[in-house]
Amino acid sequence: MAHLNILLYPDERLKQASQPVKEFSEDLKSFIHDLEKTFRSFPGCVGIAAPQVGRFERIVLVDISHKPQHANHGFLVLINPEITFFEGRSIGREGCLSVPDYTGKVERAKSISLEALNENGEKQVFQMSGYEARAVQHEIDHLDGKLFLDRLVSRRNALNKRAEISI
Amino acid sequence: MENWLMLTLVGKDRPGIVAKISQALFDLSGNLGEASMTRLGGNFTIMLMVCVQEKKSAVQEKLQPVCDEMELFFHLDEIEGRLHQHIEPDVRISIHGADQAGIVARATSALSKAGLNILNLESDVGGHPDSPVYVMHIEGVASKGLEILDQALQTLSRENDVVARMTPIDTMVG
Repeated sequence: MAHLNILLYPDERLKQASQPVKEFSEDLKSFIHDLEKTFRSFPGCVGIAAPQVGRFERIVLVDISHKPQHANHGFLVLINPEITFFEGRSIGREGCLSVPDYTGKVERAKSISLEALNENGEKQVFQMSGYEARAVQHEIDHLDGKLFLDRLVSRRNALNKRAEISI
Repeated sequence: MENWLMLTLVGKDRPGIVAKISQALFDLSGNLGEASMTRLGGNFTIMLMVCVQEKKSAVQEKLQPVCDEMELFFHLDEIEGRLHQHIEPDVRISIHGADQAGIVARATSALSKAGLNILNLESDVGGHPDSPVYVMHIEGVASKGLEILDQALQTLSRENDVVARMTPIDTMVG
């Protein structure tokens, strides 16, 4: 397995939209293994998207299971993911492997319904909320050429009870 | 030679301050680093890192007429740049209540004893002028853990009749 290089902003390729996966080949599985190895090499990281390593296909990996305080579905391989339903809004702090040494507040949907294929091309359906939903939305943004920097909200916040994290 | 300076500037707020100051620094081939610029009451304030080839005195001479024209006071200090070393906050604290003398001192003393390292603090005085309300948001690192901070906030809240609460920050990196 190979360790893949992460593209760093302001690399223009991070703004490129990725194409749907059409073939569920051995090459795809091999790439997913490499992507997972790369993702696991960054402690604390909860997700990665294929375009972050220069492969412009709609593939993301998410795993927040090392943060057991947040409800989660374990290790997720999401191919051609589609968010079919959004509900609620929450502000949380995000960072990105492609944007080192910077974090900021981003508004995301609180809960989502998600459809995606796994590495065998089988359809999966998920309902998720909080931290895991945030991670999935962050990664799917990469597939559309968007970074969390495109969604930052002001440092100065209104006085309200919107949580910084999982809600 | 790379010289980092911290520009501290304050004056009555008016349109164009940032544009004129940053243009003057650009004319000196200054490279701007991180900055905090905000309106506090009727004043505009700037804390701005600038890296210049020139000596501090050359920057002083360049800024003086610009600041005189806009009735701004400024000050320059030689500093170390130390960029790309951000510290991530792990807790956010909000305190609000009727404005009262000494609340910031009491709150920050209690938080300091409980291990809080403040990275960012913003406060406002709002409400009606006859009954002002003080609102403070702090982000920082809880070096002794969250539990002791929470206890400190509960005591602060009880003894000073303010609302004081904390929210853990769990930064999502993807």
